[in-house]
Amino acid sequence: MARMTSTRRKIITTAVAWAIGLVIFFPIFWTILTSFKTEAQAINDPPLFFNFDWTLENYISVQERSDYLRFLWNSVAIAGGSTLLGTLIAIPAAWSMAFVPSVRTKDILLWMLSTKMLPAVGVLYPISLIFVQFNLLDTKLGLIVVLMLINLPIIVWMLYTYFREIPGEILEAARMDGAKLRQELFYVLTPMAIPGIASTLLLNFILAWNEAFWTLNLTAAKAAPLTAFIASYSSPEGLFFAKLSAASTMAIAPILILGWFSQKQLVRGLTFGAVK
Amino acid sequence: MATKASRSAARIMMAPAVVLLLGWMLVPLILTLWFSFTKYLPMRGDSIERGLDWVGFDNYARFLSSSAFWPSVQTTLVMVGGVLIITLVFGILLAMLLDQPIWGQGIVRILVIAPFFVMPTVSALVWKNMMMDPVNGIFSHLWRFFGAEPIAWLQDASLTSIIMIASWQWLPFATLILLTAIQSLDSEQLEAAEIDGASPLSRFFYIVLPHLGRAITIVTLIQTIFLLSIFAEIFVTTGGAFGTRTLTFLIFQRVIDSQNIGLGSAGGVYAIILANIVAIFLMRIVGKNLD
Amino acid sequence: MGQIELKQVTKSFGNTQVIPPLDLTIHEGEFTVFVGPSGCGKSTLLRLIAGLEDISSGHIEIDGTDATSLVPAKRGLAMVFQSYALYPHMSVRKNIAFPLKMAKMDQAEIDKRVNAAAEVLNLKDYIDRRPGQLSGGQRQRVAIGRAIVREPSAFLFDEPLSNLDAALRVGMRLEISELHKRLKTTMVYVTHDQVEAMTMADKIVVLQAGVIEQIGSPLELYRTPRNVFVAGFIGSPKMNLITGEEAAKYDAHTIGVRPEHIDVVDGEGEWNGTVGVAEHLGSDTFFHIHNTGLGEMLTVRAIGDVSLKHGDKIGLNPRKNEMHRFDAAGLRIA
Repeated sequence: MARMTSTRRKIITTAVAWAIGLVIFFPIFWTILTSFKTEAQAINDPPLFFNFDWTLENYISVQERSDYLRFLWNSVAIAGGSTLLGTLIAIPAAWSMAFVPSVRTKDILLWMLSTKMLPAVGVLYPISLIFVQFNLLDTKLGLIVVLMLINLPIIVWMLYTYFREIPGEILEAARMDGAKLRQELFYVLTPMAIPGIASTLLLNFILAWNEAFWTLNLTAAKAAPLTAFIASYSSPEGLFFAKLSAASTMAIAPILILGWFSQKQLVRGLTFGAVK
Repeated sequence: MATKASRSAARIMMAPAVVLLLGWMLVPLILTLWFSFTKYLPMRGDSIERGLDWVGFDNYARFLSSSAFWPSVQTTLVMVGGVLIITLVFGILLAMLLDQPIWGQGIVRILVIAPFFVMPTVSALVWKNMMMDPVNGIFSHLWRFFGAEPIAWLQDASLTSIIMIASWQWLPFATLILLTAIQSLDSEQLEAAEIDGASPLSRFFYIVLPHLGRAITIVTLIQTIFLLSIFAEIFVTTGGAFGTRTLTFLIFQRVIDSQNIGLGSAGGVYAIILANIVAIFLMRIVGKNLD
Repeated sequence: MGQIELKQVTKSFGNTQVIPPLDLTIHEGEFTVFVGPSGCGKSTLLRLIAGLEDISSGHIEIDGTDATSLVPAKRGLAMVFQSYALYPHMSVRKNIAFPLKMAKMDQAEIDKRVNAAAEVLNLKDYIDRRPGQLSGGQRQRVAIGRAIVREPSAFLFDEPLSNLDAALRVGMRLEISELHKRLKTTMVYVTHDQVEAMTMADKIVVLQAGVIEQIGSPLELYRTPRNVFVAGFIGSPKMNLITGEEAAKYDAHTIGVRPEHIDVVDGEGEWNGTVGVAEHLGSDTFFHIHNTGLGEMLTVRAIGDVSLKHGDKIGLNPRKNEMHRFDAAGLRIA
């Protein structure tokens, strides 16, 4: 609001907002903190905040116990691969819809979104069958394809909204200047849309990273990403809070950092441009 | 508008995305539909190669009449409704709070949004153990501190626990979208209302809330679609026990645990229909925004 | 090089025909302006020539060869867009070089041509800047630079000055005219501003609803508008068009007198009325006259500063020999 607010009021709102923010963030904070405790300290009564001996042993034992790095690599490969593949397929499609719209464009876009609404559990068995048939079960390739298909509507949609902001005259100018379609996309559209494409990549990387239905149901050991890695900690083996915390921290840290850069795109990507 | 050449180029460029999504939609859908009309128990030797027995609507009827069905519908509704109410009410309050001038606004925003980026399996496990563990969880410490008997959350208040976890995950989403919507409200409108003598409360009900109407609808619809298919949170906490078996989880169990594909597929078709009813409303709003 | 011929060209979007069959020849070296109110199809016509839209039927010939189905790049035309359509991620130099790069010209030749264009258009000082850092006028020059390096057989301009402020517009108008004089290349220029048309064109094509109302030099259009529409569209302030009894006196359905062809007289004139708004420009004064009994408000241009004010009685004498007469169909009566 444009009006001047009294300092007193600002102090109160600041205090309230920070308090709520900290409460919401607390589970994450507590997990990170616990990951540096010993197992005994982790379940100390009363809970220890900063007065404990910081240790990295949990991180080491998590890596030794369940080979974190392999899961990390699977997550990176699956999320990255599906996002890149999806973007490559989506750029031409979004170009078509943004710059050569037809009467059907709107219907196609909405239909694409509707595929995103399909409840996964409804098609779990058929997909598993297809995976078995093509030997895709527990492979990175299989998950890359599935996650690409899941996120493709969002990728197309996001790129479409970004492309629509680029004036068509510039592409026409390129055409007048002798650019072929391929050159028009490569030299003119893509560089102009870099910020939008980057946001799209980022958000979809995050979505693919956190996807936890297909990654749990279609992998076993070889291709399992971090979602499955963490799920393996759901059956407790004695005292394990500190190790669980270390594993959790390792699973979410990369994406928390990326996520902080993607707040704005989040709104755009997840509401299909309906809230700006 | 464009030339014939660019229109045919456009069709070609759109083809891969359209064909892939069409396949992704139709192939599993048709298989699910087919299975839902057959007796398909792989553990008892049924297989596609040997041919499946057509049983008509038996699976649909059995799925509806099974003792687990209505409780699962109830669980689903309570869970979705509970999460929606919590995230919307707190989301609106939080969005209005974050719209005020505060010190360190950027950091508070980050704190509030962070849960959205935590993968579902991690949030479920962190809540289950670090927060809700009846002995060592933070809640039990808190309860004891105030002299109360700690609660075995995931057994005695299992559905409430799931609602809490899901609300924690989705509150950032609701807040972020509602905040974006609030920020697009013309502050002159509020000032005009103030000059016209509207109290803060009536300003909220007559100006802010109507302005948020669209965003609230969108948050409701999108969250409903995602919440209906919540899976990992239940999978790693209660495994569907203690009254947390939602429709999605029931179908999952029919397909994976009891390997009754026909029955599970019939359930799947119900779930698809349910999701589509919600999706139609969402599509309408999104579609309007396209013009 | 640079003759463009449109033969029976039509254009429809869906079921709406925006350009009914149209024939037009643009001669080599000519500065042709398409002018008309918005939505008259002038920009569409330009885009048909450019190849950015398909024609629905008919032929387009450029320099005697059929270009109807050629892609834009193969037509040898360059276009300057209303929004300039500069590539925001490229420097001025790269923008100008882009068409040459697409034509796979070798780097030495590209540099030579870009430098020459920069010289001509005074772009040297900001050749390495991005379009975002330039003013409107500078962007306009870059867009023109990008067009001239290709040495096209004709230039197409789509309302190139409409995004500039008034002062800059006059300057750029002169620059483009200057450029035409020097290059002697065919130019086709679209505008809704009849002043631009009058000041720049060798030949004006007046369009309305996709139909050519008249083709001619600026003065031809001014002196002998073929119909009421052209009469009203060309000239500023607008021609006074009077129908009814007064027109009947001259055996016409409509008579037209330009504001500059009505003399203010002392006392009673042939037409009489009261002064409404008087616009004093110093060099001229425009009077808007009410209560003339002619049915319409009259606009009169008096030379110098004539001191009549709101409500004053005024006597007017139209110059008979400068009067235009039109029949019931709106066509000029010779």
